[in-house]
Formats: sequence, structure tokens, C-alpha cells
Amino acid sequence: MRKVFTRPRSLKKVAFHYCPGCGHSIVHRLLAEVFDEMDLQDKAIGIPPPGCSVFAYHYLDVDMAESAHGRGAAVATGIKRACPEAIVFTYQGDGDLAAIGTAETIHAANRGENFTAIFINNAVYGMTGGQMAPTTLLSQKTTTSPFGREAAIEGYPIRMSEILALVKGSVYIERTAVNSPANIRKTKKAIKKAFQTQIDGLGFSLVEILSPCPTNWKMEPVEAWQWIDKVMSKEFPLGVIKDTTGRKDAD
Amino acid sequence: MPYVQWYALRWRSRCTVAKELMYGNAACGEAAIRAGCQCYFGYPITPQNELTEYMAAHLSRRKGCAFVQAESEVAAINMVYGASVAGARVMTSSSSPGISLKQEGISYLAACQLPAVIVNMSRGGPGLGSIAAAQSDYFQATRGGGHGDYRTIVLAPSSVQELADLTHRAFDLADKYLMPVIILGDGMLGQMMEPVEFHHEAPDVLPVRERALRGAKGRPSRIIKTFTSKPAELEEINWSLHRRYQLIKKTETSFETYRTDDAELVIVSFGIAARIAKGAINTARASGLKIGLLRPITLWPFPSEALETLAQRVNQFLVFEMNMGQMLEDVQLALCGKGEIAFYGRPGGVIPTPSEILRVASRLYYQKGLRIEKR
Repeated sequence: MRKVFTRPRSLKKVAFHYCPGCGHSIVHRLLAEVFDEMDLQDKAIGIPPPGCSVFAYHYLDVDMAESAHGRGAAVATGIKRACPEAIVFTYQGDGDLAAIGTAETIHAANRGENFTAIFINNAVYGMTGGQMAPTTLLSQKTTTSPFGREAAIEGYPIRMSEILALVKGSVYIERTAVNSPANIRKTKKAIKKAFQTQIDGLGFSLVEILSPCPTNWKMEPVEAWQWIDKVMSKEFPLGVIKDTTGRKDAD
Repeated sequence: MPYVQWYALRWRSRCTVAKELMYGNAACGEAAIRAGCQCYFGYPITPQNELTEYMAAHLSRRKGCAFVQAESEVAAINMVYGASVAGARVMTSSSSPGISLKQEGISYLAACQLPAVIVNMSRGGPGLGSIAAAQSDYFQATRGGGHGDYRTIVLAPSSVQELADLTHRAFDLADKYLMPVIILGDGMLGQMMEPVEFHHEAPDVLPVRERALRGAKGRPSRIIKTFTSKPAELEEINWSLHRRYQLIKKTETSFETYRTDDAELVIVSFGIAARIAKGAINTARASGLKIGLLRPITLWPFPSEALETLAQRVNQFLVFEMNMGQMLEDVQLALCGKGEIAFYGRPGGVIPTPSEILRVASRLYYQKGLRIEKR
């Protein structure tokens, strides 16, 4: 009988610690599937900075090095420059990539560093207990925006993918979500394309993934999935934001 | 001609052993390249810019090497971390305010047991301070500097030649003990020119790092990390670091003594301050004052035993630093009340002259009624 579904080789046989309904476990699995399909397991080096996903190294069966909060892009730069044959990726949350690590991320992209950033956007700081993130939506309540985020006081949600699309060194940027089977398939396709961009040596690639955090959103998992569709993806529209992979000269 | 600073051009060939007149900063860079430094990540700050510029000129287009001018010191040290993860010999440099920013990364390097060389051409502080040479980063360098319970080996050269030699040694020590090594120079050392001779050639084969990550080909995947939810696990990491530090104290402590054999008064001083003190000592000796010098070369581990041994014979010590008394505390700890300790310091980037130290040392000498050599 033909086996149609199996655990990816690049995924360790360990149970995820993530909360019910969390998007991390889906993205982890997608990454493992992509590593298997693209034969990257023995070339990949991952960088999970602090956040819920710091434990990604317990699940993904590839070389991994922890980085300081927000410094993923700098660490990836160091690894890739010292070992260009490796396939390097960061796995960063919104607090990590869009707040404390903004400078590292923008400049790595601008230098056209040839690595892939997997950017998990769940609009909160998950691991520390649901504080306001730079991506928190207006009127969204978090533990540090208890009255709902108000533009005049807490500022606006930041769109990192759009900002990164403006720098010349970035080559491929797509925003996807993992809140439906169709979106999950699109996410996998985007991740594959991002790694292909790196394999082809074209420059900086990033996949922003809108990912549910039912625990900190104080929602049921199904409700969280729906919230991504109805609310979050209005602020963070899904789709390809930049793709100059087909062109030799970046715009 | 491509834009290359003139001092970079002074470097001729890596095969010669003839003396070159070089800036400290450039000599440090040349020594690093000869030690097999493959990656350098930096950010401009005075007074260490010539080092970054030297590396840009000599490393950025070299095969198998990498040079990146980072967006900040924080990014630079994290690039260092990344290159070290991948097994490269790697260096960064900065000056005091920039070194403060690098402390996060240094703590991670120490925690993950990754080798790296960090050069601090220190300047006056606190805050933005001044760009003149100072020694006010002693505490920061010798006490770990960042968060957590760790140490870094700290080397303190006092001449351009020694800076070049210690740069080479720093890479070897970093690889041997798998930890960050700090070269604590100062703005004067970095920006003064002296003849320098390079005794070492780049090694053909660099030390193999068993733990380096370069993709899990033909072996199980590896993780470099410290974060753990189990405190007992982290305690064990701390113990293993501590055991290594104890070993380093036993084997790597180094210092220089100068005219201490018959000394009645010993000046304890490091780096460029020790160089100034030497000048004062030579003049003092000419007028019969028996003054010697103890110069720690490794600031951590501190040569406590050497001081203890000296204290069996010498009762009077004068600690001289270009700060408000930082190494002074290590001298006090080493002597445990066994001798009398006086202190003279000039902070903020003021560089005292040998005659100033001579005045301070000889006044102390006469006040204490120490024996004067008959001539």
C-alpha cells in the first residue's frame, strides 16, 4: 500500500510543547517537509532567537544555534559569510524581527544577505505572556495595552514586510497565513520559493506568516483562525509583496 | 588606485620578517590575519578605526574570508557569534562605548563556549566620554562585562610589538579554551607608531572545531545553545565554565617584572600606564631610588601569586592606572593587607608624563623613608 502521509525525516520524534491551536507547530512541520523535499537537511543551519520558538531546535532535526533576542539576522550573516555553502534560515517572531531586531533585519536585507527569514507574526509577545508587539492591531487588547492599542498613545502596527520590500537587497518577500488548509499549502509553497531564492544565491528572502496565538488572544483555536481572516489579514494583506527572483537586477 | 589608507599600504609582504613602522591598530589587524583570522565584523568608533580600515583593505576581498561593516556594535558582535558558530577564526574591535554594546554578544559567546577575539582600544568614560586613551574599562573587561557568571581572558599589551604578539596569542587561547578573549588596549596604543616584527605566519590548518555547525552532513544534527528550562542543567554549565576558568588561572597567567629584584617600592601598572611608569622608574633609579614594576599582561587571570611573592620582600606598592582605581581592587585582594598600597590615577583620557609619575613615586619613597642606594 502506498504511504501518503508520514512524519518528515527532518522533524525529530518529539511532541511539540506549543499551546493548542498555535501556529508554530504547523510552520515547523512545513519547514521539515521542505527540508526533506529540497534535500536540505544536511545543509541547513537554523537560528531560533528567544520567543516561544526558541525550542525549535528540539524539533527540527538540522543544525541550530540559538541567538540573542532580535539578533537573528546578524547571526545568520555571520554564519552565511563564514560558511556560504550552508543553507541558513532564521525563525523569528514579531517582537524579535519587528521591534528589537529591526536594525539587524533591515540592514541584512539591504546588504542582500543570502539567507531566509521565517517571520512569525502573531501580533503579540507570546512567550512572555501576551504583551503588546509592534504588530499588535489597533484596539487589540494585550497585557501592556489593556485598554486596546490606541494610535495616539501606542502607535500603529508596523508592516515589516512592506518596509523590507523597499530595500534593494531583498529579493523575495511573501506574506501568508496558517489558518486554513489552503493557506497552509500556500505557506509551504512560499517557504520553498524562499529557500530556492537562497539556493540560487539571489539574496535576502523572507516569508511572513500570520500565525494564531489563541492563548494570548484569549480565543478558542477556531475563533483565532477566523480572526486572522476577518481582522488580522486586513491590516497585513496576504500575498507576494516583492519578487525580483526572475530579474537579475533588483529594482 | 582603489581607496586604501596609506598606513595599509605600509604593509608589504607577509613573508618578510623585517621591522615595519606601523600604527598599533594596523599591527593588530596584520597580526590577526597572520593568525588565520578569516572573518572580521566592525563598526566605526574612534580610536580604533584604523583597525577596521586595515581589515577592510586586507580581508574583504581575500578568498574564504569575510569583512562586514555592521550597522551597529551589537550587530557586529552577533555576526562574530555566527561566524564562530560556523567554526571560523573571527575578530571584532571597538572602543569603550562600543564595547558596552557588545557585552550582550560576549555573554552569549561565553555561554555557548565559542571562541572569538574582541579588541578594545579603550577611551575615556563614562558615557560618550572622550576619544583620548584611558584604562577605565578594567572592571568591565575583567569581571565578565555582560550578564551572567562568566569570565573572559583579558590581555593588556603595552607596546605595538606586544599588541601584535598578544593578538596572535589571543586567537590560540580562544580556540584552546573555547571562549572570548579580550585585548584591552587603549587609544594611545592603537594610534601610535612603533617598529613591529611579525614572528608568526598564518597557520596552514586552523584548529578543527568539533562543535562547529556547517550542516549535518554525515553526522547527527547539533545544537549550540544555553537556554534551558532546567536550572540544574544551567548550574552544570556554570560549573564546567568555572572549572575551565580555574585551569586558565593555573596555566595562562602572565606578567612582567622590571627591576624588582632589589626594589623597595613596586609600581603595579598595566598597558600604556606601565610604559609610562617604566620611564619614571629609569629616572628614579638614576638617583638611587630602588623602584621596580610589576606589569600584569593577563588582567584576567590576574597575577595574584606574583604579587604575593613580591610582598614577602617588598612592603610598599604604588598602583598607577589611567582610571580612578580599578585594578587597585585586584591588588588589594591579592595582597590581603600584606603590604602598604598607595594609588595614583588619572581618569578621563588624561595621559600623565613619566615625570609626573616620578614625582608621585619619589614623594612616596621619601615619605616612607625607604632606603636610597648609595652611589
